[in-house]
Amino acid sequence: MSSPYYVSPEQFMKDRADYARKGIARGRSVVVVQYAGGILFVAENPSRALHKVSEIYDRIAFAAVGKYNEFESLRVAGVRLADMRGYAYARSDVTVRSLANAYAQSLGAIFTEGQKPLEVEIVVAEVGATPDLDQMYRLTFDGSVADEQHYVSMGGSSESVLTSLQSYWRGGMDFDAALRVAVQALSAEDGESSPRTLVPSQLEVAYLDRTKPGRAFARVNSESLAGILAE
Amino acid sequence: MTDLSSFSDYLSQAAPHLLPGARMTADDSARMEVPHGTTIVALTCGGGMVMAGDRRATMGNVIAQRDIEKVFKADGHSVVGIAGAAGVAIELVRLFQVELEHYEKIEGIPLSLDGKANRLATLVRANLPLAMQGLAVVPLYGGFDQIRGLGRIFSYDVTGGRYEERDHHAVGSGSLFARGSLKKLYTHNLDRHDAIQVAIEALFDAADDDSATGGPDLARRIYPVVALADRDGVHIIGDEELVPVIESVVAARQTHPDGPVARIGRAKGGDA
Repeated sequence: MSSPYYVSPEQFMKDRADYARKGIARGRSVVVVQYAGGILFVAENPSRALHKVSEIYDRIAFAAVGKYNEFESLRVAGVRLADMRGYAYARSDVTVRSLANAYAQSLGAIFTEGQKPLEVEIVVAEVGATPDLDQMYRLTFDGSVADEQHYVSMGGSSESVLTSLQSYWRGGMDFDAALRVAVQALSAEDGESSPRTLVPSQLEVAYLDRTKPGRAFARVNSESLAGILAE
Repeated sequence: MTDLSSFSDYLSQAAPHLLPGARMTADDSARMEVPHGTTIVALTCGGGMVMAGDRRATMGNVIAQRDIEKVFKADGHSVVGIAGAAGVAIELVRLFQVELEHYEKIEGIPLSLDGKANRLATLVRANLPLAMQGLAVVPLYGGFDQIRGLGRIFSYDVTGGRYEERDHHAVGSGSLFARGSLKKLYTHNLDRHDAIQVAIEALFDAADDDSATGGPDLARRIYPVVALADRDGVHIIGDEELVPVIESVVAARQTHPDGPVARIGRAKGGDA
């Protein structure tokens, strides 16, 4: 008769975290960058249909890296939560903070109790009336929440991407400048000596426009993207 | 069995008490007087579709509200107007708006105009028990069909029957008079200004003969809500464009109280 072998809680959590990190590190990065007129989301994503960046509500958007089926179900849950709140109360009562808390609860519960942790990392961001009122929350596979300022990077080589963002991001940048900084940061991925060149068809770009009333989310198509990047 | 992209299906499982009229009892002995919305008109025009509604809500013989809005933007390219029990109707419109936006966000693309019209039929059908006790809601739905590139209009009955209308339609207590007016004034491919004017004339005729329909209130600056759906989306017509049309209609009625005269005769057809 074999007795069940003992695994310490520390080891149990560490194994789960390592598993999730490995899954996330396989994917391409996403950056979220604040600019004067709103918040910009740039993902390296060759697919036109399977989005990594999506609209959640009037002023709120969602970006994710990791396993598509896992973050897609989180996105749908977020849209449901937001629409339900907005319908039951009022549109202005839907806030990114409550959404981030709900995500943190589910991710945390799945990390400790689920069969396996979700191999995802997500950012939910809300555009405010002024840049000071913008909010960005990064949520990791174990349910931890980080309140981020100005820019966030997620995915495989987020360290080298973050280094690039730190060097080139400036407060009050316009949309075109912020987009070029974001694409440059994504190109710095892999820590290779010579940066890669990302073409518009490899990128998914969307933004939350501070000045637009109501639903602030919009996507940038490949043609206008090529125009901006060519400058 | 629920549709994953449908907000109303989700709501009926997760929070059924939030459905329109869900807390009301289906006891027809408890008939009550509640505000009712009245007349909505819609017509297709060259670039799309125009819908207009008067601003009156009545409760029996009392004017319950003189500036109620009964024409709403449903989504980017469609408009919904409501007649019937105002409370239930406005809740139904709110649910319909979330339903369309929810689908668009979950699926990444908007529903087709036919799909939207069918979803509205489902919501109206769900209201049938209330309709049986006098709280009927009868919407009029219209929009720009981006696939076919033209304006379309759909009417409904209380059982959720959905009917596509040719050219023009009206619902609500003043609709009989408005329909007569629309028939005589409508021509194909009206431009934006003329389509708005035809809608205003039809509402004026409805208000002329139906006590529950409110005419333009120049003293209080309360004007009908007019919405246009075309290729570029939905535009709620602003006062700067609307007021001159209303003033000219009202001024013309000072000399011709019954409105424009349809031309009859051999030289010119009635539909020139």
